[in-house]
Amino acid sequence: MAIAKKAIVWGLFAAGGTLTSFVLPALIALFLLVATGNVPENLQFVQIHAFASSWLGKACLFVVLFLSVWHAAHRLRVVMHDFGIRKDALVANAVYTVAAIGTVLAAFYLLAIS
Amino acid sequence: MGTRQLELEVMRYDPEKDEAPHFQTYSVPCNEDWVILDAINYVKDNIDTTLAYRWSCHMMVCGSCGMMVNGEPVLTCKTFVRDLPDKVRIEPLENFPIERDLVVVLDDVMQKLHQVQPYIVRKDEPPEDVEYKQTRGQLMKFKQLTMCINCMCCYAACPQYGLNKDFIGPAALALAHRYNLDNRDQGKSDRLDILADHDGVWECSFVGACSEVCPKHVDPAAAIQQMKVDGAVEFWKQRLGIPGDKS
Amino acid sequence: MSRRPYVREMSKTTWYMRNGRYRVYVLRELSSFLVAFYVFLIIYALSVLAAGSAVQWNSFLASQQGVGMIVFHGLALLYFLFYQTFPWFKLAPKAMPIQVGENKVADSKIIGAHYLVWIVVTAVIFWLAGVI
Repeated sequence: MAIAKKAIVWGLFAAGGTLTSFVLPALIALFLLVATGNVPENLQFVQIHAFASSWLGKACLFVVLFLSVWHAAHRLRVVMHDFGIRKDALVANAVYTVAAIGTVLAAFYLLAIS
Repeated sequence: MGTRQLELEVMRYDPEKDEAPHFQTYSVPCNEDWVILDAINYVKDNIDTTLAYRWSCHMMVCGSCGMMVNGEPVLTCKTFVRDLPDKVRIEPLENFPIERDLVVVLDDVMQKLHQVQPYIVRKDEPPEDVEYKQTRGQLMKFKQLTMCINCMCCYAACPQYGLNKDFIGPAALALAHRYNLDNRDQGKSDRLDILADHDGVWECSFVGACSEVCPKHVDPAAAIQQMKVDGAVEFWKQRLGIPGDKS
Repeated sequence: MSRRPYVREMSKTTWYMRNGRYRVYVLRELSSFLVAFYVFLIIYALSVLAAGSAVQWNSFLASQQGVGMIVFHGLALLYFLFYQTFPWFKLAPKAMPIQVGENKVADSKIIGAHYLVWIVVTAVIFWLAGVI
């Protein structure tokens, strides 16, 4: 009575989708602000460095990045299937590998900020 | 009563004569209160008796008359000519093999409906000498899902079924969920094998076309998403040894 | 009477162009490219932070400025809102039906709650960033 492994990635996809829906627009808006030259005060080096050095900051950033990257990976896998690319196992391995790399990089750099 | 001349472009296919389906055009004088099924019946009665198609109740309860009308899977007894342009293209339901003319082969979905065990499954003995008790609240949990008339418009709309005929599909999954939600039923774990398989709920990508075309507003897409959430939670419950839903 | 069912082949690569419903679905799914892009952009920003130098960080910020960036992030924001965030909220009640007593909680209430939470989360992020 095994539930297919897809339950795991779908769970990450759903959690990631929910999180990105709430959080990503605001983050994109921050990039937009920076693009206009108006860098918000807490995105200056000292403040953002302090935030990313704190354990709370690291945790928040990691959760956002982790769920977002696995959400995107799973969705891209489905999109490839919808576009007629039928080698599902190959696509799955490719997207999940990229997601894993993203996860490791995020963790690595977050830990490196002190 | 006004009449309108409609031009019906109907897909024909005679397995004994034709290599492939082709279109045949009929000009039909329609009363303004007609449904498109009336126009098709007019063709059969007055113009071309060789046209083959399914229909029965003419009142959206039997599910027989599903066809593609201008590219949309609909019940032809529910589609009013006043809502249609003068040129109407009528084809058999998408994603099904054509038996003849507008008749499709439904064996695949019939088998899938059967596979999900669409009946009350009991592990305990049924209550002795009394009826099953069910409050209105318990009924409302799944009542919407009981409205399915097996018209298969959802399968015609579902691109995932179009891409992969092994996908269990909207109607069968909605039916499984109907029984899983029924408090009299104890067969959820029995159905899990089919549902949790990778051709079960996981093949659905929530396009949502099934729910949009469903003439009875069953909302199979919602049922499938609920089963995905359930499946994802159950997966971890099983792994962590937390007693799951045994019913 | 011999049977010879005819199978109509569906194009596996262009089926989504067939009607508006499918096209909207594909555009919705393609928003995942944007998510992936921003994830890796943020990871890159973290790598600059990890180097520990204010000069490098400021130079990163400077590289993010300009008309091209404004257009890109502006379009990305609109695309993401209309093809991910708002559709996700609209579909949420389907995946999480809540029944109180005999009746289902209306979809509009659940969707409304999502918008409320979204406004709060956005406000919190802006406050953390020092925008408000």
